[in-house]
Amino acid sequence: MNAEGRAAPAVAPVFRMRGVTKVYTMGEVEVRALDGVDLDLYAGEFVVLLGASGSGKSTLLNILGGLDVPTGGDVWYLDHQLSGAEDETLTRYRREHVGFVFQFYNLIPSLTAAENVALVTDIAVQPMAPEAALGVVGLGDRINHFPAQLSGGEQQRVAIARAIAKRPDVLLCDEPTGALDFATGKMVLEALERVNRELGTTTVVITHNAAIARMADRVIHISSGRLVGVESNAVKAAPGDLSW
Amino acid sequence: MVRLPALDRKLLRDMWRMRGHLVAVALVAACGTATFVTMRGAYEALVHARADYYLRYRFAEVFAYAKRAPRTVVPRIAAIPGVAAVEDRIVHEVTVDVPGFGEPVTARLVSVPDVGRPALNDLHLRSGRYLAPRSTDEVLVGESFARAHRLKPGARLAAVINGRWQRLRVVGIANSPEHVYVIGGAGIFPDDKRYGVLWMGRKALEAALDMEDGFNSVTLRLAPGADEKGVIRRLDVLLASYGAIGAHARDEQISHQMLDGEVQQDRVTGLVVPAIFLAVAAFLVHNVLMRLIVLQRAQIGVLKAFGYTDRAVAAHYLKLAIATALAGSALGVALGAWLGAGLADVYQRFFHMPSLEFRLSIENVLGATAVCVAAALSGALPAARRALALPPAEAMRPEPPPRFMPLVVERLGYVQLLSPATRMLLRNVERRPLRAVLSVLAIALACALLVVGRFGLDALEETVRVQFREGRRDDVRVGFYEPRGPQVKNDLAALPGVTYAEAFRVVPARVRLGHRSKRTAVFGLPAAAELHRVVDIRMHEIVVPPTGAVISAGLARVLAARPGSVITLEILAGARHVREVPVAAIVEEPIGLYVYMDERALARVLGEGLQYTDAYLRVDPRRLHELYGELKRLPTVAGVTLREATLRSFLDTIAENFLISTTILIGFACALAAGVVYNGARIALSEHAATLATLRILGLTRREVSRILLGEQALLTAVAVPLGLVIGYGICAWLVVLVATEIYRLPLVVTARTYLYASGLVAAAAAASGAVVAWRVRRLDLVAVLKIRE
Repeated sequence: MNAEGRAAPAVAPVFRMRGVTKVYTMGEVEVRALDGVDLDLYAGEFVVLLGASGSGKSTLLNILGGLDVPTGGDVWYLDHQLSGAEDETLTRYRREHVGFVFQFYNLIPSLTAAENVALVTDIAVQPMAPEAALGVVGLGDRINHFPAQLSGGEQQRVAIARAIAKRPDVLLCDEPTGALDFATGKMVLEALERVNRELGTTTVVITHNAAIARMADRVIHISSGRLVGVESNAVKAAPGDLSW
Repeated sequence: MVRLPALDRKLLRDMWRMRGHLVAVALVAACGTATFVTMRGAYEALVHARADYYLRYRFAEVFAYAKRAPRTVVPRIAAIPGVAAVEDRIVHEVTVDVPGFGEPVTARLVSVPDVGRPALNDLHLRSGRYLAPRSTDEVLVGESFARAHRLKPGARLAAVINGRWQRLRVVGIANSPEHVYVIGGAGIFPDDKRYGVLWMGRKALEAALDMEDGFNSVTLRLAPGADEKGVIRRLDVLLASYGAIGAHARDEQISHQMLDGEVQQDRVTGLVVPAIFLAVAAFLVHNVLMRLIVLQRAQIGVLKAFGYTDRAVAAHYLKLAIATALAGSALGVALGAWLGAGLADVYQRFFHMPSLEFRLSIENVLGATAVCVAAALSGALPAARRALALPPAEAMRPEPPPRFMPLVVERLGYVQLLSPATRMLLRNVERRPLRAVLSVLAIALACALLVVGRFGLDALEETVRVQFREGRRDDVRVGFYEPRGPQVKNDLAALPGVTYAEAFRVVPARVRLGHRSKRTAVFGLPAAAELHRVVDIRMHEIVVPPTGAVISAGLARVLAARPGSVITLEILAGARHVREVPVAAIVEEPIGLYVYMDERALARVLGEGLQYTDAYLRVDPRRLHELYGELKRLPTVAGVTLREATLRSFLDTIAENFLISTTILIGFACALAAGVVYNGARIALSEHAATLATLRILGLTRREVSRILLGEQALLTAVAVPLGLVIGYGICAWLVVLVATEIYRLPLVVTARTYLYASGLVAAAAAASGAVVAWRVRRLDLVAVLKIRE
């Protein structure tokens, strides 16, 4: 099964995970969130990580994003070893390479759309202009709105703009449509697809919504902390054609 | 075993979880309670000790001095309606030689009856024994003087009494209610080494001073309900022909005045300072509870859904405030009792009274606790009311997202000047303006307290600088028993080491303007005086004109006099002339109610030629000791005052006491500032945890995130410090008016050093508590925040 995680284009992977385990101690109970995961991710691909609630997909994303470190195994981003890295190294890694999109957007309520983006571009090396990033997600006309003045879908697209504005090497999205209705969810997915296509950003979306899998290059199934199947879509569906 | 209701167990666990917040609140409340307990206790101790001492030792109510009156007048004084007891006596100031102490010392000799105890102003014997009947060389020595010179019963002194060198034997150490606070005739400040009180048998003193069957001082105790002013008037009439200088009541008796001033000050401090701390504690309780209720919104909904009444839910949160206040007041009472005992020790150095002990009365403890709990409740009630008003269904839904507006400055178009982080911070402040204003005010008060704490020292140093360093340039002041002719200047100049002598006249007088009057002293100064200049608080010299008088601003206030007013001088010496004199100028002096005139103008008022009662000397410091030896032997010299030595000894004592009170104040003010900043930052951390964690995820370092977290507190502190300096100055100005007595008015001077010290300490306290909170940024749970919907 693990071997299938590596079945992909014959180029060097961006991410390499080998034998990754993560054990949480919850009181007196040990929870094995990841249990020997091997996974490679390649430049520019759009990967959907599909699994039910509690399957370990968020843990996997957190480790990829440098928010958490594995209990065992190795994680490499290019030549950076993420497993066992210090907090400062991980902060620098997130700052330079990773863009995050969260289920609940996590915008700063006291900053406007443009300012939320500027917060990240201020500390990035070669960022886009915040207005340009918002243009990519179709919010060029709402840059001076505060989060409370935006709909859920608009807020999530601001979050995507914030994530891509620094031109990250990888975009990690945790249930990006989880809090949205069907129509707005599709608009958010369109934005993600466009970023992936136009900027070539490696994109990982975790979701429990199987319908989204049709727009991915690869779909990885996860269950009980193990990768249980990988499939490649010969033809990717456009977000507009999805339905759930 | 009694099972604690579940809701109370929740309370205990909530409190444990919030211990950081609550400890900060409790500490501020403890400071308030401690100052309450200390000042209230000190007030009670002083009032109690004073009442007890005055009663048991029969402190007189009316005091009068004359030159020499026959004892046959005493029955007539006793017959004045309203007089309950009379004690006539002999009081005389002499120069004393203390073995091993080179400088001349002035002592006030007071006679006591040869048989039995004084009817009034009885002595409290501290050690040794009372005078033997009809002893000729035995004296009792005042405790402050004995302590300063380590005199014990058996010690020997010598004095020039009425021109005769006399040996004295110390048989006991004593105190009197008349000299609770010992201060010299010419001095304003206590100087226990150079001024003391000695008690001596009546016969011995009569013989030494040729005062057989006479007296020069009389004190009275009045019957309940007696007309004090009437008694004083009749007494003045009786003694007028015996060279009396005017009788006065207790409120003009210097020891009583000083003691009363301290009592009043304790009362004011005991109200104002605790009020500041407890108001801040109330504000902190309010902030903590408001935040807790936001966090526990869903829990409140659940409790109500399960049938807990609104009242029970509100009470639950009030209990938290009460428990915190009780913890704070318990700590405060303990701290206050400890500080109070220390303050009582300090008092014992200045105020010599038996039974001056700090007592922790039950009223004090209960009062302090009640005030502390009331303050906490006043902060908690609005928060509890919010919990009360929350409908359960609404409570279980998350709070709607906060609405933000562009800043005022942004609306003006300066938006590009600010970084997003700065804008975030400013909008947070703008969104809760009241909280920001109150935080600023609380920190400002901490800063103001520090300013006020140091102001006492600044004002005192300024007083000394103006009145005793700029105004006086003498090394030694000499007082004579009798006025001397102009020749005295040459006599003094001929003494060893004297480089310059300047004589002047001081006469007691009653000054009148309309229906107002005041007993005071008139100075006759030489034209272009070198050693005694009249200087105002702005350091301008006021030239005393050849005619008319310059009067102290304090006296001008008492009399409602202005330049040009014509005052009436009733001279209380010599031929007791009454003359009208125009006021030429008013001089704003920190201390005193004086009239200054040119020496010739005063001589015309007195109807005499130039005569001098005192002189200032400038002395070659290498020959000081030679001069001292000479002065001690001069029969015409009643007293010698060494300006710098007296000032130094006083300032040293004061500085030591200020060090104690300043240290305590630093601790309290820092606790206040730190408490406010810590709580503000903790609440900000709680409110913005999701934002801050998001920023960490987005790649901001801990330092960057901490800066955003603490920026708000830093901004508030930066605004608060200058405001605090202004408020501090305002409180000082208010204190000047509040504690001003007729004779003393603090100059309103706050030095740059004080401002620097106050702002530096507040900034340091704020930074330290900010650092503690910043440390918690490490513990932000980055993963959990992704799943939280704020």
